[in-house]
Amino acid sequence: MAGLLERMSLVIKSKLSKLLDRAEDPAETLDYSYEEQLKLLQNVKRGIADVTTSKKRLQLQADKLEQSLVKLDTQARDAVAAGRDDLARQALERKTLAQRQLQDLDVQIQQLEGQQEKLTTSERQLSAKIEAFRSQKEVIKAQYSAAEAQVRIGEAATGIGEQMADTGLAIQRAKDKTELMQARAGAVEELIEAGTLEDFTAGDQSQLDRELAQISAGQQVDAELERIKAEVGAGAGQKELER
Amino acid sequence: MIVRLMGEGQYRIDEQLREQLNELDGRAATAIDQNDEPALDDLLDEMWQLVRQRGEQLADDELSGSDVIIPPSDLTLEETKKLFSDEGLIPDLPAR
Repeated sequence: MAGLLERMSLVIKSKLSKLLDRAEDPAETLDYSYEEQLKLLQNVKRGIADVTTSKKRLQLQADKLEQSLVKLDTQARDAVAAGRDDLARQALERKTLAQRQLQDLDVQIQQLEGQQEKLTTSERQLSAKIEAFRSQKEVIKAQYSAAEAQVRIGEAATGIGEQMADTGLAIQRAKDKTELMQARAGAVEELIEAGTLEDFTAGDQSQLDRELAQISAGQQVDAELERIKAEVGAGAGQKELER
Repeated sequence: MIVRLMGEGQYRIDEQLREQLNELDGRAATAIDQNDEPALDDLLDEMWQLVRQRGEQLADDELSGSDVIIPPSDLTLEETKKLFSDEGLIPDLPAR
């Protein structure tokens, strides 16, 4: 099969053999290669941690949006009860916007989860291969002459080299995805700070909050006024009786 | 023959599957030449499915190299093309 896919495997093999041809001391090559493998393993672990952090950040935003959905819904109901359909409409418009944001976030969180899984699989495979390589390199160093060792190293290096390339690519792709998501998360946070989405997360009262607060304050004032009127009225009656 | 599904792992496949993949591989080359990304993605998905269904997964600690490497379908056409070239999407292996 001399097709495309074989070509990919050949690209990797030629890179490896170039690398091995340069080596003069097989034992040294083995140790060096092993160190590189361990570095890559650290990289993949860091990659998993980064993806996890980004996912948490998005989940936090999603939680905030969930809360604001409840709040906006309550506000819309309060506004309708107060006969202020205009305010209710505003609250519902914001709710729709928040819902859309939330859907986007859910998709992004799922994508990051996919990356996390891929990296975890890659880490497991790389780690197992490194361990196998480590024991094989000790055997090669102990038992073979330089010429024989070269052949054996070639065999062991192909498998591990291919895995390293695969893991390296997985890390790169996860990094690209994570950076993209972080940029988007940052953009949403900026919108929130700029006040466009103020009501979703900000502690400050929005215009809507203030108007609703005025309504409920107004209702409270009316109720208080009624109560005082009733008391005063009752007092006046009392005096008349006393007279 | 050993096949690697990029980002997933290695599988051992039989002669019959090899021939099937060979045929799909030829069509994938045509799709790339014609810049037909949807067709390429479908072909890659089909290859992945066949290998997953009928191949035998190698143990994680197996150190054999693969005869064939199949990229995932979620790469762009440009990224896939790069994989087949010498510069490669695949990062350079550490040189000393």
